[in-house]
Amino acid sequence: MVNRKGTKLRFIAGEYDVAVIGAGHAGCEAALACAKLGVKTVIFAMNLDSVANMACNPSIGGSAKGQLVREIVALGGVMAKIVDKSAIQIRMLNKGKGPAVQSLRAQIDRRKYQQEMKHVLELQENLDLKQAEIVDMETVEEDGVRKVTHVVTHTGAVYKCKSAIVCTGTFLNGRIIIGDVSFQSGPDGLFPSIRLSDTLTNLGFKLIRLKTGTPARVNRRSIDFSNMVPQPGDEEAVPFSFETEELEIDQIPCWLTHTNIKTKEIILENIHRSPMYNGSIEGIGPRYCPSLEDKMFRFSDKDRHQVFVEPMGADTEEMYLQGMSSSLPEDVQIEFMRSVEGLENVSVMRPAYAIEYDAIDARVLKLTLESRFVDGLYFAGQINGSSGYEEAAAQGLVAGINCALKLQGKDPLFIDRSEAYIGVLIDDLVTRGTREPYRMMTSASEYRLLLRQDNADERLTEKGYKVGLISEERYANFKEKYRLVKVELDRLSKTHVSPTPSVIEYMEKIGSTPLKSGASLEDLLKRPEVDYEDVLAIEELNLKDKGLDYERKYLPKSVIEQVCINVKYSGYIKLQLQQVEQFKKLEKKLLPEDIDYDEISNLSMEAREKLSKVRPASIGQASRILGVSPADITALYIYLTRRKEK
Amino acid sequence: MNYVEDTIAAISTPPGRGGIGIIRISGKESVAIANRIFCMAYGRLGDFVLNMPTHTIKYGFIRDPESGEILDECMLTRMDAPNTYTKEDVIEINCHGSYAVLRRVLELVFRMGARSAEPGEFTKRAFLNGRIDLSEAEAVMDLINSHTEEARKAAIDQLGGRLSKQIERIRQGLVSVLAEIEVNIDYPEYESELVTADVTMKTLNSVIIELEDLSKSYRQGRLIREGLKITIAGKPNVGKSSLMNALTGYNRAIVSSIPGTTRDTIEEYIEIDGIPVILTDTAGIRETEDVIEQIGVKRAEEKIEEADIVIYMIDSTEPDIEEKILSIKKPLIVILNKIDIETNYLEELGRKLKNYDVIETSLTEDIGVKEVFDRIKKYFSEEKIGINTENIITNARHKTLIDTSLASLKKAVENYNTGMPLDIIAFDIWNGVNTLGEITGASVNEEVLNNIFSRFCLGK
Repeated sequence: MVNRKGTKLRFIAGEYDVAVIGAGHAGCEAALACAKLGVKTVIFAMNLDSVANMACNPSIGGSAKGQLVREIVALGGVMAKIVDKSAIQIRMLNKGKGPAVQSLRAQIDRRKYQQEMKHVLELQENLDLKQAEIVDMETVEEDGVRKVTHVVTHTGAVYKCKSAIVCTGTFLNGRIIIGDVSFQSGPDGLFPSIRLSDTLTNLGFKLIRLKTGTPARVNRRSIDFSNMVPQPGDEEAVPFSFETEELEIDQIPCWLTHTNIKTKEIILENIHRSPMYNGSIEGIGPRYCPSLEDKMFRFSDKDRHQVFVEPMGADTEEMYLQGMSSSLPEDVQIEFMRSVEGLENVSVMRPAYAIEYDAIDARVLKLTLESRFVDGLYFAGQINGSSGYEEAAAQGLVAGINCALKLQGKDPLFIDRSEAYIGVLIDDLVTRGTREPYRMMTSASEYRLLLRQDNADERLTEKGYKVGLISEERYANFKEKYRLVKVELDRLSKTHVSPTPSVIEYMEKIGSTPLKSGASLEDLLKRPEVDYEDVLAIEELNLKDKGLDYERKYLPKSVIEQVCINVKYSGYIKLQLQQVEQFKKLEKKLLPEDIDYDEISNLSMEAREKLSKVRPASIGQASRILGVSPADITALYIYLTRRKEK
Repeated sequence: MNYVEDTIAAISTPPGRGGIGIIRISGKESVAIANRIFCMAYGRLGDFVLNMPTHTIKYGFIRDPESGEILDECMLTRMDAPNTYTKEDVIEINCHGSYAVLRRVLELVFRMGARSAEPGEFTKRAFLNGRIDLSEAEAVMDLINSHTEEARKAAIDQLGGRLSKQIERIRQGLVSVLAEIEVNIDYPEYESELVTADVTMKTLNSVIIELEDLSKSYRQGRLIREGLKITIAGKPNVGKSSLMNALTGYNRAIVSSIPGTTRDTIEEYIEIDGIPVILTDTAGIRETEDVIEQIGVKRAEEKIEEADIVIYMIDSTEPDIEEKILSIKKPLIVILNKIDIETNYLEELGRKLKNYDVIETSLTEDIGVKEVFDRIKKYFSEEKIGINTENIITNARHKTLIDTSLASLKKAVENYNTGMPLDIIAFDIWNGVNTLGEITGASVNEEVLNNIFSRFCLGK
């Protein structure tokens, strides 16, 4: 930027503790966490109308992701609360499959979500929201350590800062591809961020190229729903946030239809025009989110694929076609869409596209998400190679908290794999890296039975309180909830019933083997066919038979839920806890920061390379690096012991 | 993965019959574990090990604290760190050399919190803890590396190409099952397109059957290496020695009479259909006040414990039946001898033995011996023992892993049948797959993901 005289325009526009670059899902959580913890924060969005934008599926939650959202709010983050305010449909997935895999999923009013989140940012003390593109970051080297000093906007405004959190999502060097047409662009018709990539490369970050895609948006008026199957929400909408008591929503259904042989023919005929297949796209896409042409090509024996038609909001006719993401040319898109039942006259509002973008190899980050070679520089969200709003928000929250803690000279926040999906996510990204956009799946966690969506508060709220993001009132409610759980668990194990006549009759009625001798209420609840109401009913009948009074104490639903899960799963929970104990032992075996892996001659070449790259914090983390074998771990042990003796 | 934090235990004496067998325990929990399982004579309980001075030895018994059963008498040595072989706390338990007893004591030690030591692991700890000096460390390190990496690879090679292929195939089958379950969980909207739970369970059941065969084959392998053990039990003078003679007389391959350490047992090697068989004649079992005879009785009971088949001989002229032997949970051949002699007890014996398959013999008249051989051969065919069995596991570690995996998988099927939810079933299957994965060392998680995405067309 130069003025008429040819001198560069630069002016100091402000001074902050932290600059958050990007106001997507990661950026919002990061900025709010910092500001709430008392740190002076500025957050930059390339366009203020796209704060917290859902550039793809207008939904939040689902398998493993629902768990993440609960964890975020348990830790003191915000996403779940905004979801509760903007949801247009809620469903609990995997209802019959056990509490460890149940997840909540909400269809969201995209506009409403953005408005709500933007408003929260605007209202937050210690936080300034600004529209600007960050084109450069300035750093300085002091005592051998490089640190962030300024961020620079496209208009030449310079902001002094002590830390920066990079949450650029899919904007870095973004390129949209629609068949034969491609152009530099961010997602959803927004500007790309071009120059920041160079800054990162100059600072020493290795950039990888990733790709993701999105389907078309179409006008509801042009859809024929008569042969589509409605997918309604749950009758009783369960809220995401632990603080929301109940949720009243006018639920809007989704719709299910299928592609057919004609669709397949059209796509395969035009496959040569697909940028994925003619080589114009170099970025690696996620295999769990294939484009429609991917599906047709790889699973060519399938004649039909599911398509879910999802509403984008309560006050818009835009509908999202889940399952039809594509980067085929626009004319082909229209043709294959029209081949689908119900979409014969569809009117496209936004075409499907693929987007390529720069991301970093997250193995240069510590478990706090701070980069290892630039002090005070954090990364969160899709720039780390993850995908999904929930994954981004989780990272943003952890990065924001750690940034604030470091600025205040306090100990960092670590969340490990046994404590939360957030821990699994960060550990996987930072230790193993990823070659394709990483999506959270429940199978990624070894401790799935412990990391449930119902007990996220039990696992994380204490940490959130210690950090300072949970209010006294909320903390008190949380302690009270689990006190009631403990009391009730105790009561169930100490209260016994005997096989009196009405008890036996009731048990036969519900199909449970009647008692032969006395049993505790806990023993009864352990049986899969017995639920909490049954237990209370049996207790009451037993007392009545004995001529005694019964007074029921009413407990909140959330307490009852915890009690039931704890009783029914107690054996398995114990087993997992034992596994966690083993895990923690290794996580506590710390590796010194200054270790030189090339010095350790007994390490394999591959292990030396991988260990030097990731620089794990502990033997546990080292053991998870791909390419490090058990023999290498033994060599590390020996080296550590020798060092200690010296 | 096994790390240095754990307390390890192993049988330190070579396998086979000897007077003394030693179990060594090393690690933080050694003293605590030993304390829980050691007691004095007459079942006297107390903190004897905790209160023992270091580097002393004590006489007592090994007792299972959960069942109260006494497993063996022993001499227990306590050696506290750092003046020990591994520089950690070490406990050595000297028991009788019978493999069956050692095995049981070792299993008790595992149950109390120790784990099985890897080959060479005590030595490894010796120098991890600095007892061997730096210059030796390098040389031994190669050995260690070869122990862990190579031992693993060699073990697989040792199994023979066919067997490792079979284990790999079984594993892949399980990975497939897991993938199906995980897709069910992580992509619930695609339910209608996925394989149903019934089909998944069918696959699981067939995997279980294959693993069971594989597990059994270990026993066959051992039998072929060590010989099938047949113990003949019964009161004194019931005709056991005559039976021994009759059996060895028929098929004497190698004849070597190995006298027992006292007058308690006599063993003979014979061959039946090419399978080596060790016949053991025990001292008569009966209640007795005689201390020396009591020891003999005890030895006999051990031999019965170790046996693959027990032959119980009863004198048809004296219907005194040891219920204890009849109720043994092992393959049992009941022989009613001396039927050539007139007796009034046949009816009474008939009643008592009506639930058992009885062979009537008269060894003096050479009646019934062929039937005994036939019964033994029938056992071979029932248990599928033959020297031409192709896939045999000879590696004990693999057998343990397979058995552990089987236990998890069977739990999964049981849970499915009692209507437990999917997340519990998945937990057990993951454990089953991971345990098998330890045989080949593969990373199971990656495999499941790869399997999922190559087979199922999923995604937004």
